[in-house]
Amino acid sequence: MRLLIIEDDRESADYLAKAFREVGHIADLAGDGDEGLSMADGGDYDVLVIDRMLPKRDGLSVIGTLRGKGNRTPALILSALGQVDDRIKGLRAGGDDYLPKPYAFAELLARVEVLSRRNGGPAEETVYRVGDLELDRLSHRVTRGKEEFVLQPREFRLLEYLMKHAGQVVTRTMLLENVWDYHFDPQTNVIDVHISRLRAKIDKGFDRPLLHTIRGAGYMIRDGIR
Amino acid sequence: MTAFGKLIRTTAFRLTLVYLLLFAVFAASLLGFFAWNTRRMITEQITTTVNADLGDLTSLFDRRGLRGLVYAIENRALRPDANLYLVVTPSGQAVAGNVGALQRGTMAASGWVETAYQRLEEQDTGPHRALVRIAELSNGFRLLVGRDLEERRRIFGIVARAAQWSILVVVVLGLAGGVFVGRRVLRRIDAMTGTTRRIMAGDLSERLPVGRSGDELDRLADNLNLMLERIEALMAGLKEVSDNIAHDLKTPLTRLRNRAEDALATSRDEADYRAALERTIEESDALIRTFNALLMIARAESGQGGAAEDFDVADVANGIYELYEPLAEDSGLTLHVEAAPAPLHGNRELVSQALANLVENAIKYGKPANPAPEAQPAAAPSILIEVRRDADQVLLGVTDRGPGIPEADRRRATERFVRLEASRTQPGSGLGLSLAQAVAKLHRGELRLEDAAPGLRATLAFPALSGEGWVERSTQPETHPA
Repeated sequence: MRLLIIEDDRESADYLAKAFREVGHIADLAGDGDEGLSMADGGDYDVLVIDRMLPKRDGLSVIGTLRGKGNRTPALILSALGQVDDRIKGLRAGGDDYLPKPYAFAELLARVEVLSRRNGGPAEETVYRVGDLELDRLSHRVTRGKEEFVLQPREFRLLEYLMKHAGQVVTRTMLLENVWDYHFDPQTNVIDVHISRLRAKIDKGFDRPLLHTIRGAGYMIRDGIR
Repeated sequence: MTAFGKLIRTTAFRLTLVYLLLFAVFAASLLGFFAWNTRRMITEQITTTVNADLGDLTSLFDRRGLRGLVYAIENRALRPDANLYLVVTPSGQAVAGNVGALQRGTMAASGWVETAYQRLEEQDTGPHRALVRIAELSNGFRLLVGRDLEERRRIFGIVARAAQWSILVVVVLGLAGGVFVGRRVLRRIDAMTGTTRRIMAGDLSERLPVGRSGDELDRLADNLNLMLERIEALMAGLKEVSDNIAHDLKTPLTRLRNRAEDALATSRDEADYRAALERTIEESDALIRTFNALLMIARAESGQGGAAEDFDVADVANGIYELYEPLAEDSGLTLHVEAAPAPLHGNRELVSQALANLVENAIKYGKPANPAPEAQPAAAPSILIEVRRDADQVLLGVTDRGPGIPEADRRRATERFVRLEASRTQPGSGLGLSLAQAVAKLHRGELRLEDAAPGLRATLAFPALSGEGWVERSTQPETHPA
């Protein structure tokens, strides 16, 4: 994946670039809004990671200008402003995701990978399949092999989100945001309990688990052998 | 700027000038109209007199001939304030009359003429103006009857002088009035400016002087004073909040630093370091959470609620119920919800979070204090989320069957970082109830902690939807004893 990181703090930018390169991505750096805009405009990137407050041209303006030119490269906004209002402003300006600082790299990585897949992935299929697990989005039927599961509506949406991003790490915050639409941070392991319930339904009694816990990051649904 | 410069720049003074000009124009046109009318009247009077006289004399000439006419003219010319008379021969020789000299060519015309003349008896003065009518008599002689225009000129002069004087008086009085009003306004504005300077210099307790007349300046000063009060309150709130945050963050930061230091001093191998680093990251994550919570509390307390919308509190209750139900069950509790529709205007996200905090507390501390061992395993201790509408309130309550909070501790429970559980075996920052309270206050409500006998009932009580007073409300942040 080719990434462009537009961030004026040199140390954070270098850290991010190094971390992304370590997991096998290509990361370019831009130090201010104007440079970022011209690089994003010219280069063929999969995802843009844009700091909200930049010298010369702020992050929202960079995204707005790109969108104005018809450039639809997914953009993730990093910002020290974490209020719900600020998030809404960021998304309205054309950003695709919003992550308040400080963040864990695992969280950023998971979100960037989801964004990169969104751009070209077969996102809107009617039936999601992972191994022998099948989820029909129209009839709301979930089956594995010959067995059919009865899921609560929220469990269904949780599984749907996980399967939509099969093979990708999704973090607890992403689940809370996308499945429950809450943007606060519960002090307890409330998401883990939902996951373990779901796991009890779809993985219990099968020799190959599909729903995996990724330590220090979140969860991933995938067929055991990749 | 000089005092005079300031004065002539005042609105009052400029307005005075404008009025002055308008008034002068008005007075001048009034006098002009008067003068013109007077002149017209005098002229009319002269014409009538002259016509009558001329008619009289021509009929006399017709009856008595030239001799009679000359006699009559000599007679009439002797009267005081007499008309002007002149009779000339066809060749222009004066025969009779009281006119000595006449503007050349006057006698050649006939009908009305305005001309210069001189009376016979007065040689010294210059020529006067007169309005005359000339008629030709049947024998070729010409007769002139006229009247001096001196009177008309004099009246005109009187009017002109009156106009000059009155305009002078108007200008002087107007300017004096302008200066007076201007200086009065200027003095008050200067007083206000002085006060605002002192306020800008940092003394927010200063207030603008307010007079007793209740005029526009007083009302302005009154409003500005209200604004200053609001600003002062906000500034005080802001200062308190930042003081509190600085204080509140030092504790966890110190803890983080101590752990790192301890790890550095006691770790022996890589595994130890790794474990210590992982703990440090965990700690800093917790610190970030704490920081976010504090920031949110601070914002809510200072009245910044973000975007407000209309929503149903019952939806919030159902959503949180659904999120926490599995967690409660895992903790050996059952979670119930009883929610009646209750519309509210405010920040849905914040209300959700406040409720989530209350439910988390109930799950953490809501187990019965002395569980009857194996006595009634079927009835799991329950937590109830409840939405009710009171007369004018929306009540969002969470009731548990735990040990509750003793009466004496309830006030303390909502303070920041206060954790009543002495052993601290449960995770938590001690900010949950503080945030719930701040959210309640942001919505002009309150957080009530009551004895549910047994257990605790924590209720967010909001005033029912009134459609006003979201951010406009004046905010006085609670004082938190450090």
